[in-house]
Amino acid sequence: MPYLLILPSAVAIGLLLAWPAIQLAVYSFQDYGLPQVTGAAPTSWVGFGNYRLVLSDPEFWSALRISVLFAVVVVPLTLLVGTLVGLLLNRLGRKMAAFVSTAALLAWAMPAVSASVIFVWLFDPDGGLADYLLQKLPSWLGGGARWSQFSWTNAPLPAYTVITLVVLWQAFPFVAVSVLAGLKTIPAELHEAARVDGAGPWRVFWKVTYPLLKPIFLVLLLLSVIWDFGIFTQAYIVTGELGNRDEFNLGILAYDKAFTMPPAYGVASALGMVLTVILLIITAGYVRANIKQGAVA
Amino acid sequence: MNRTKRLRAITRNGVALVVALVTLFPIFWMISTAFKPATEIYSLTPHPLPAHPTWSNFANVINGSVIGMPYWTFLRNSLVVTLSSVVVSSAMALLAAIAVARFRFRFRATYLIMLLIVQMLPQQALVIALFLDFRAANLLDSLVGLTLLYIAFSLPVTIWMLRNFVAAVPRELEEAAAIDGAGPFRVFFRVLLPLVAPGLVTTSVFAFIFAWNEFVFALTFLGTDTAKFTLPIYVTYFFSKGSVDWGAIMAASVLFTLPVMIFFLIVQRRLRAGLLAGAVKG
Repeated sequence: MPYLLILPSAVAIGLLLAWPAIQLAVYSFQDYGLPQVTGAAPTSWVGFGNYRLVLSDPEFWSALRISVLFAVVVVPLTLLVGTLVGLLLNRLGRKMAAFVSTAALLAWAMPAVSASVIFVWLFDPDGGLADYLLQKLPSWLGGGARWSQFSWTNAPLPAYTVITLVVLWQAFPFVAVSVLAGLKTIPAELHEAARVDGAGPWRVFWKVTYPLLKPIFLVLLLLSVIWDFGIFTQAYIVTGELGNRDEFNLGILAYDKAFTMPPAYGVASALGMVLTVILLIITAGYVRANIKQGAVA
Repeated sequence: MNRTKRLRAITRNGVALVVALVTLFPIFWMISTAFKPATEIYSLTPHPLPAHPTWSNFANVINGSVIGMPYWTFLRNSLVVTLSSVVVSSAMALLAAIAVARFRFRFRATYLIMLLIVQMLPQQALVIALFLDFRAANLLDSLVGLTLLYIAFSLPVTIWMLRNFVAAVPRELEEAAAIDGAGPFRVFFRVLLPLVAPGLVTTSVFAFIFAWNEFVFALTFLGTDTAKFTLPIYVTYFFSKGSVDWGAIMAASVLFTLPVMIFFLIVQRRLRAGLLAGAVKG
């Protein structure tokens, strides 16, 4: 009976998720390009050839660097902002808390495409709000005429600044709501007792709140790393839809190899495998955290 | 003492208000731009609200004068793909959730761990293999193919969430109905289904948002046939049309975003509970 119940979902997941993952691994060891797709030439095994090609490609190292740096910056930022908002929500009155969390969840539910498009418009060199406001800023705050028609998408650093803002905007609500839910499970007496003993807010957080919410923080940390390291839609749109090669991250580079003519499916699969393996290593931590919390039992 | 307390409360609320307004600002800017005439959009001094609000951006988008095809075509495509994938995946997820919440069987833990792992596989990597499969199966430029993908890719999360809702239904209720002579189907439809309905709504909302917003697969699998585009691809398609018409893009994003936003506001209380049940099971 239980086998019959899981059969439909197991078949769907097996066929469209697990099987392509296996195929990806197989293709990564094959010479697979346009001639093989059209049938003009058979696929042949090339061993680690695709991987050697990837590792000797400066574009790969640039993309890897961007992916790592992006995750290193955005993950702590998201956790920090999300946690602060979560702590704030916990101390607000009912109405204000509902207002703030609705606003935050609207940002969260916003399609990544719309969010990216809005931020590209906000940071547009012709008529975008950001350049206008930065120009108006006094020069001791870094404002001034140099921001006039400043292009945010022509170089990796400004482009990823915009992507950071998009991702932060959409990701902090999830952290805030999760932290808030965790806070609700902590008895108020614990905090009061700590405060009566003379602990300031900083000490209360690190000595009481953080240890109790550690499992939630661990899961949020792992999920954020997985999401941000593999960021695609926002990066694809903000960096100009495969337009700027020096702004590629790992996911976009793999996608470009496969879908820009002429396609190199073998090399793209090797890149996809690198991305997948990195994410699976992090996922192993996520699965362990879940098992420890008894979610699988 | 009392005064510092009040002062703190005021500061807290002030900060909260700023957080909420900053968070809402990009959405506000999208809507405001959508109602601005071109002269105001490209003005050297942007104003928060349109001085002369206009429907013309919406009119251009809806009748299709910008990209040569009306909005309705893409709305229909998105609705077809989203609704059919939500219905099918919810039914599949419910069956699987009952299995893992109500039965002990040999591969149960394996199945649950597999769900956690597959949901982390990067779509932009899998899309390479899927593209070649779909090409061989003649499912490129097909809304059916896209629907199949959305069903499969929403399952891991929806099963994972739904099993908590099923587990929360007291088993005694089902047993009592069975003792009263109700068969398994009656027990399912009269007892279990009404009680997990709220959970089913929550997971459906997740599946809905996933399919409605999905970009990578739609981009890759609907590449050549404009008439098959779903709304996310349609919105970005404006970029490729030479000069960028921000009024039209913002109007198109409003028309794309508004249905989810309204839907979301209606169910948000439930969604908040589900958000936590899904990802952070404490």
